Amino acid sequence: MSAAATATVTQSHYDSQGSRIGMWLFLFTELLLFGGLFLLYAVYRQMYPADFHYAAKHLSAGVGAVNTLILLTSSLTMVLAIGMLQRRKRKASIWFLIATIAMGLLFLVNKYFEWSHKVHAGLFPASEKLVDHTHGENIFYALYYGMTGLHGLHVIAGLIVLGVMIFVVKAPSRQAVGLTQLPESIRSQLGPELLKDAESLEIRYREHPVHDQRRIDRLENAGLYWHLVDVIWIFLFPLFYLIS
Amino acid sequence: MSNTSEHATPKHHMVSLSTYVMVWVALLVLTALTIVTASMHFGAFSIAAAIVIATVKGALVLLYFMNLRYEDRIFLIMLGVALFTLAVSLVLTFVDTLFR
Repeated sequence: MSAAATATVTQSHYDSQGSRIGMWLFLFTELLLFGGLFLLYAVYRQMYPADFHYAAKHLSAGVGAVNTLILLTSSLTMVLAIGMLQRRKRKASIWFLIATIAMGLLFLVNKYFEWSHKVHAGLFPASEKLVDHTHGENIFYALYYGMTGLHGLHVIAGLIVLGVMIFVVKAPSRQAVGLTQLPESIRSQLGPELLKDAESLEIRYREHPVHDQRRIDRLENAGLYWHLVDVIWIFLFPLFYLIS
Repeated sequence: MSNTSEHATPKHHMVSLSTYVMVWVALLVLTALTIVTASMHFGAFSIAAAIVIATVKGALVLLYFMNLRYEDRIFLIMLGVALFTLAVSLVLTFVDTLFR
C-alpha cells in the first residue's frame, strides 16, 4: 500500500525553474507598465524642466528617503525569510515575513500622511490652486500621484501576497490523511473490517521533497514581486523627490 | 517510478545570509550618495548621476535579492529583451518629441 501511495505522489511532474520563469514573465509586463509611465515622465521633464524643478520643491525629500530606507530594509527581511525557509527554519522565516509586512504597512502609512499633507496644501490634480499654476507643474503632480499611486497599489498587492505566504510557510509538511480521503484504488485493497475500524484513524506519511521545494518556490516568487516593487521605488525616489 | 525529485529540486544556489546583509548596506550607502549628489546642484550632471546610481541599486537588487546572478543565463537574456524593448520605445519617442 505504501508503495502505491508513494507512486501517486511521485507521478506529478514539478518544474521549479519553470515556475520562476513564469513569475519573471509576469514581472516583465509590470516592468513595461511602469516603463511606459517613466517614458511619459522623461518626455514631459524634457519639455518642462523648470516647472518640474519648481513643483518638486513641495515634495519632502526626507519622507521619500525614509520610505526608501523602509523598502530597502523590507527587501532584506524578504530574502532572509526565503533563506530561513531554505534552511528549514520555518519559525524564523515567518518572523522575517511578518517584519517585511510591517515595513510595507509603515511605507503606506507614510504615504498616507504625505498625500494628505499635499491635498491639504491644495496640491492635487485640477485643484483650485494648481489650475492657476503652469502646465508643467500640473503634469508633474499628475505623474506624481499617478506613478506613486500605482506603486502604492502594488505595495498593497504585495502585502496581500505576503500575508498568504505566512500560511503557505506555516502549513505542516507532514500531511495527515484520513482513510476516507485515500484514493479508491488504495481503499479497495484494505479489508472492509479494517476500513470500518479505522475510519477515524489518520495515516501519516512524510511529504515528498517536491512539496517542500514547491513551498520554497512560492515564497521565492512572492519575494520576486516584492523586490520588483522595491526596484520601481528605487527609480521613483530620485526622479520625484530629488530634483528641486 | 520516475526520479521526479531530482528533477524538481535542482541544486538551488543557497546564498549566504551575510551576502544579503552586505548588499543591503551597499544599497543604503548608494541611497545616501544619491541624496548628497542631488543636493550639490550639478545641473544636467545630477540627472545622469541620479539615474546611474538608481541603475546600480536596481542591478544589485536584481542580481542578489532576485537571484539573477545564480539563475540560468536564460533569465538574464529575457530581462535583456524586456529592457531592450523599453529602450527602443524610449529612443523612438525622443526621436519624435525632440525634433518636432
